[in-house]
Amino acid sequence: MIKALLVFNTRGQARILRFFDSCTTESQQKLLRETYQIISKRDVGACNFIEYNDYKLIYRHYATLYFVFAIDSSESEYDMYEVIHMFVQCLDQSFENVCELDLIFHSDKVNQIVNEFFMGGFIVERTPDIVLNDIRTQVRLERQDSGVLTHVGSKIKSAVDTKTEKFKMDVEKKYDIKL
Amino acid sequence: MKFPDLSMSNPVRLRELIRQIRSAKTAAEERAVVQKESAYIRDAFRDEDNTWRCRNVAKLLYISLLGYPAHFGQLECLKLIASTRFTDKRIGYLGAMLLLDERQDIHVLITNSLKNDLNNSNEYVAGLALCALGTICSPEMSRDLGGEVERLMKSSNVYLKKKAILCAVRIIRKVPEQFDVFQNSVRSLLSEKHHGVLLTATTLITEMCQQNTQALQVFRNLVPNLVRILKNLIMAGCSPDHDVSGISDPFLQVHLLRLLRVLSRNDNEASDSMNDILAQVSTNTENSKNVGNAILYETVLTIMDINSESGLRVLAVNILGRFLLNTDKNIRYVALNTLLRVVHADQNAVQRHRATIVECLKDADVSIKRRAMELCFALMNKNNIRTMTDEMLDFLGTCELEFKSDCTSNMFLAMDRFSPTKQWHVDQMIKVLTTAGNSVRDDIVSSLIGIISSTPDLYGYAAHQLYKKMQNDITQQPLVQVASWTLGEFGDLLVNQQPQNEENLRVVEIEIIDILERILNSSLSTVITREYAINALMKLSTRFPNCSDRIQSVMTYYACNMNLELQTRAVEYTSLFTKHNIIRSSIVERMPVLISNQTSNTNSSEPEESIINSKENSPVNGKHEHVPSDEPINLVNILNDPIQTTSGTLNPNHSSSLFNPLEDSLFDFDTPTNPTTKSIPSMTAIDKNGIRMIFTFERDNTTLTINSKITNSTQYSITNFIFKAAVPKTFNIDLYPASSTTIPANNSGDIQQIIKITNPNREKIRMRIKLNYQVNNTNMSDEAELNTFPEQCYN
Repeated sequence: MIKALLVFNTRGQARILRFFDSCTTESQQKLLRETYQIISKRDVGACNFIEYNDYKLIYRHYATLYFVFAIDSSESEYDMYEVIHMFVQCLDQSFENVCELDLIFHSDKVNQIVNEFFMGGFIVERTPDIVLNDIRTQVRLERQDSGVLTHVGSKIKSAVDTKTEKFKMDVEKKYDIKL
Repeated sequence: MKFPDLSMSNPVRLRELIRQIRSAKTAAEERAVVQKESAYIRDAFRDEDNTWRCRNVAKLLYISLLGYPAHFGQLECLKLIASTRFTDKRIGYLGAMLLLDERQDIHVLITNSLKNDLNNSNEYVAGLALCALGTICSPEMSRDLGGEVERLMKSSNVYLKKKAILCAVRIIRKVPEQFDVFQNSVRSLLSEKHHGVLLTATTLITEMCQQNTQALQVFRNLVPNLVRILKNLIMAGCSPDHDVSGISDPFLQVHLLRLLRVLSRNDNEASDSMNDILAQVSTNTENSKNVGNAILYETVLTIMDINSESGLRVLAVNILGRFLLNTDKNIRYVALNTLLRVVHADQNAVQRHRATIVECLKDADVSIKRRAMELCFALMNKNNIRTMTDEMLDFLGTCELEFKSDCTSNMFLAMDRFSPTKQWHVDQMIKVLTTAGNSVRDDIVSSLIGIISSTPDLYGYAAHQLYKKMQNDITQQPLVQVASWTLGEFGDLLVNQQPQNEENLRVVEIEIIDILERILNSSLSTVITREYAINALMKLSTRFPNCSDRIQSVMTYYACNMNLELQTRAVEYTSLFTKHNIIRSSIVERMPVLISNQTSNTNSSEPEESIINSKENSPVNGKHEHVPSDEPINLVNILNDPIQTTSGTLNPNHSSSLFNPLEDSLFDFDTPTNPTTKSIPSMTAIDKNGIRMIFTFERDNTTLTINSKITNSTQYSITNFIFKAAVPKTFNIDLYPASSTTIPANNSGDIQQIIKITNPNREKIRMRIKLNYQVNNTNMSDEAELNTFPEQCYN
């Protein structure tokens, strides 16, 4: 069973936090902090499986993000390793070249994808395509709910917003100014 | 940075909020933004505003991701769930999953909404409900909604089926009794074509079998079905739907293998039917890709767990060997992990890979090092102990701190079992202590002391080695503790004996005392080390009579020390020099050979006799761990037999017995006040060589009190009579002090002693006793095994 799913960046800021085992906010943040400390010190070529208390942490590093799954002994580590990749592939396909900003600004959609993949700590579906289909259908349902036009408009706006944001950040970084 | 204008009616969009939080430069700014928004959201919730509730809850979820408290949103989530709009429901369920769990009482309120949504015709709504139920399942909810979930499991909609099955898994985990509800529908699930359903179904069956052994029986006859599915998967070639790097649905294969493992454990019939398929999977899967390796790994685990034929096992170990040589760290880790399990079953197969495993010790990765270390210890045996110990010592020198204590304990155990000679053993242990420094566990110190003391030929040698180490460095506490004990006990041997290989290294008395004083005064020594040192100095006061003045002055100096323990000891020792000078030599005499139960060679079952200090009156507390650190007179164990021995325990106050060794101990030995409910016949324990010991019993439920009376029918009086008793592990024995240690001759007097035995399991009492005494200037010793306790004692 998967106990927790954590996605955080190289500075330790959480992007997705899902706990399939009931725990308080303090213990959640504590787990996040400790995991960040352990994983940020690891070498590039180091083993991706770490023992931590009574869990195992399986992690993968993609660009600026660490995807960490905390599993117990009933799951296979290797299996999980592949599942992480599946998950990231699905995110990639649904957001088109996903990057950290996508996870930040569309955290609800990301959570939806997580729900489709993992439920209660177990894996529902392994194939990214099927999950994508389901997600698209649900988005269509939402659109029907709140009226098509506004949603399409907001979708365009949000796409533009995100791209502008990215561009702004790049420029800021490059020229070290504040826009 | 601009804050939103709160007078506007529309709340801030989620995206805007995120942007604001991200643009905060300091943590304080971020907190300010979040708090303002939190307050706004709270107000909005209070106003019961339907239109924007969804957006506010979404913002709240983002805030909770950052770690801020968001519990006030829980009720709002409930309201959202109850709404008819899909968007609302979606956010509502998401919020419920993130913010609620079974510790909050509110979660029960969702039950009704869940029930309605589970029956909703829209599959996505039902899917949402199932997801939420799967995440925050509580026992009450499971009982209410179990039936609905089961109905959905049978539905034809694949999407719902998968989710319903996993929901069932969760429910079963929480409420194992619900198993009956789901049991019947499980079988039909396996005949589904859809891989997603198969996957979830295998998870469900695995979970059921792990919870419930009766389920195991029921599902065992599913093994042929599973084997067939697996076969189809492998043979069918690649179906594009489920293909990953050329292997068809590896996840399903892995899950099937795991389920087969759980089902066929300890079952020959099922294991036989799986042999073929396992061999096929192992040979057909290519291991160049990660997924292939994942499948092979699972196959190996399965082969190891079931009763497979030996050819298959050899195949499995070979696969593991290939993994070990792979450059990818993950695979190596996984291989080491599995080998650890294999090695307990079949050591020889793994020995072949010993060289590679030793190489892994030098890997930079912590996880791999840990696994390799454990595996190395498992692989140690008589033949390779010397080389392995050298390797482990190297490792100990370079490894991280977290490994050191485990490594040292394991090394000690291994050396204890396999060391070829005692001298080598002592040598290596000293090396371990030097390398490992302060991360050694406490019991190792006492165990090492036990070993040194149990080989009299090595006294001088050990003392010499330890002295040499101490000259360089007195900062490593365990080493210093062992060394000070050894120098204290055997300092005279060190000075008198010519060391073997180095002629020009004769040690002089003054130097030893110098070193001990240095340890005592050093600020780097812990209190315990100082206690050892002060004891050692005391012992040397008799062994080196020339230096006894100096030692006395040290003791007087420490009599004013701030530390209570040191002060007590110093004061007592000072009075040993002054008031009780007469008995000083007898008190600090050399200790008898210590025999420790725990670390002795567990393979041999020869009983070892202990040498008794004949001046000792009554058996003092025989706890081995604390032997060296207490007063010099501590008698340890008695009979080291397959029967667990417990020496008679007094409740002695050690320091009082130190000063009154020849008097009776200070406790009363009242006859037991427990009322006897039955009268039990007395028993003659031993009647030999004129000594007769009679037991009379009194019983109170599980406690048996024995009054033992010892008479002497010879014509000589018996002196220094010591009685020892041992009982099996399941009993508890307490020996109270005897009335005296002298029995006058010709039955004119006796010794009385009380023994209490607790027998919680009401088992037949067995006891082994040993008597040591002096008669007519000869030392005598007798032993007997008592099996004939009357039945009323224990029944």
